[in-house]
Amino acid sequence: MFHKYRRGIEMRVAIIQFPGSNCDFDTLYVLNNVMKVKADLVWHKKDDLSDYDAVILPGGFSYGDRLRAGIIAAYSPVMKEVRMMAKDGRPILGICNGFQILVEAGLLPGALLRNSSLKFVCKWVNLSVVSNKAIFTRRLEKGHLLRMPIAHNEGRYFIEEDDLKELYKRNQIILKYVDESGKPNESSNPNGSIDGIAGICNDEGNVFGLMPHPERASEELLSPFNTNDGRIIFSSMIEYLKER
Amino acid sequence: MKTYLVKVTIENKPSARDPEGETILKDLLIKGGYKQVKAVRTAKLLKMWVEAENGKDAKEIVSKLCDELRIYNPVAHTCSINIEGE
Repeated sequence: MFHKYRRGIEMRVAIIQFPGSNCDFDTLYVLNNVMKVKADLVWHKKDDLSDYDAVILPGGFSYGDRLRAGIIAAYSPVMKEVRMMAKDGRPILGICNGFQILVEAGLLPGALLRNSSLKFVCKWVNLSVVSNKAIFTRRLEKGHLLRMPIAHNEGRYFIEEDDLKELYKRNQIILKYVDESGKPNESSNPNGSIDGIAGICNDEGNVFGLMPHPERASEELLSPFNTNDGRIIFSSMIEYLKER
Repeated sequence: MKTYLVKVTIENKPSARDPEGETILKDLLIKGGYKQVKAVRTAKLLKMWVEAENGKDAKEIVSKLCDELRIYNPVAHTCSINIEGE
């Protein structure tokens, strides 16, 4: 059991590995070597995360996307603990398949359906910051543009009209796909997401899920635009933890 | 105890587009000359063989597990349960 922040101890981030996770090592590398914070890979059967201050659910194809992307992983033993940490207000980040898992676990609203193209889409996209309510976007101005790659087959964010209005009202829509000038349009929406939504957070702002991959966009060397925009997602979380 | 075949059909809600159904209609059926077909919706079918006292119980077990284990995502899907082999 834990219900207090681990004060005076060096921060530690858990990166959960499910069978089929494949961005776990990239995320670990970025946290350890680029962001210079302690992070561990944690197998999904672990049911105690009391040594950790934050959790990242990485991308991949947990359980081979069987039945529906993220649904089987959502019932992994570790998710009970993730749920408790989320309730505690600790930062929880779901990237790609991690976002799908958070949605299927009911920690974020909505659903991620098959891309409207019916194809796996892998490319760099432009994202506009719609809200800085999430811990992970707290340092960003609204309208700030970020470049990150996406790589998914089931990324079409869907939610009923009334619930969508509620998300807007509560500033829970964090990132949208846009064109280079920052405007949303049909061709800038890679998967048919409602209103071009790429990332959302919970009402408290501590649970954040996004389809793009910040861990693949954290070093200039890996970006065709010589950018490192993914770093801001992690550094915002780290700054937040340092302030606690 | 008898074994019943229970069929669970999961499909997108009418408000969620079904691009696969749209493609089948537009690029296969209509192009293939079947203009009588006005709409196609795809779905996922799960067949479950369930041991129960009677058909009603079997259906209830499946109905409970579908909700409890989120066999469908209530935000985006509808789920219908039918029983065979009574």
